[in-house]
Parts: sequence; C-alpha cells; structure tokens
Amino acid sequence: MKKIQILGTGCPKCKALYSAAESAAKTAGIEYTLEKVTDIGAIASFGVMFTPALVIDGEVKLAGRVPTADEVKKLLA
Amino acid sequence: MSNNPKCNCGASPAPTGIIYSCSGAADVGEIADRAARKISRETNVKMSCLAGIGGRVSGLLANASAAPVLVAIDGCPLDCAKKTLELAGFTNVKHVRVTDHDFRKGASPASDGAVDKIAAVAASLL
Repeated sequence: MKKIQILGTGCPKCKALYSAAESAAKTAGIEYTLEKVTDIGAIASFGVMFTPALVIDGEVKLAGRVPTADEVKKLLA
Repeated sequence: MSNNPKCNCGASPAPTGIIYSCSGAADVGEIADRAARKISRETNVKMSCLAGIGGRVSGLLANASAAPVLVAIDGCPLDCAKKTLELAGFTNVKHVRVTDHDFRKGASPASDGAVDKIAAVAASLL
C-alpha cells in the first residue's frame, strides 16, 4: 500500500498535482491512499519550502511544480 | 529554514532562491552563517539547512531542486558548503568564499561589519 500525500494549501497547482497523482496511481493499478495536507505546520514538518509537493511513503519526491501523471507513475514504481 | 512555506501559485510568493552556509566552527564560518541569515531575513532568498543536504533529507533535497537559484557561502577554501551541494548533485551554485574578501581564518571576528560585507557580496550574485 503506497501512501501518497499532496502538500499544499489548496491552490490550483495543488489540485492539479492531486489529480495527477490520483490518475497515476489508478493507471499503475496499485493499492494506495491519497491525502491532502493543507495545514501549514504539517507541511513545514516535511521541511518543504515550495509547494505543491508530492510525498510518497514519507519521502518528499518533488516540490514546487506539477509533474505529469507519467512522471508520478515512475515515482510510484 | 522557513517554517512558513509559501505556495508558488498562491498570493504569497515562493522563495526566489535558497542560501546555504558552511556555518563552520572558525570565525569565518560564523561570518558565513550570519551573512546567510541576514540575506534570509532581508530578502526573499531563504536560508536552508546544509546538514539536510548532507543527510539527504528528502524535503530539503526537493527544495534545492525547486529553487530558481542556489547560493553557498563558505568561510574558507575548504569549500565545504559548495562541495556538500555538489555531492548531492547540485552543481549550478553561486558561490561566495569569505576568505576571498580580505578576511583571514582565525583572525576575523564575526563583527557586524564583516557580516554586512559578505552579505552584500552574496546579494550581488542574486
């Protein structure tokens, strides 16, 4: 089970990253949980200064941009 | 490191760069550290923890990847900050070395004037 978290306060890019992650996870056919993290304190606990950010199983994979679904799929592999 | 992350796409701008300091034990390391903190306080280039780069902390590596500009301030020619960033794969780093600016290791107290001078040098690269 992959734990996917999207860090961001809810702006359009954060939502786009959420959609890309959801699409990638579905396409990959994996079991996953997908969670939005919008609390500033919770975001800061990851050390992230740029949002949106993608976290997979506790590791920050990227920050500050919206990847393609294909890129997220590779990160999920 | 900021504890108030800003969203790139919201009303608040993200940092325009990240500055690292060797923060070494010598006086010139202290100048480097204080200069980086001054830049972080006074500009939108924010200081982040070099130890997190060395320790491969994922959030801090992601920050460095996302930042438009990376700046490293080293106290002396050992260039520990620059080398730490390079070892983590960050090679396009603007670099300031305190001892290149009329400061001698072991004989340069971290005065406000010294900090201001190095901060100005770093700011000129931004």
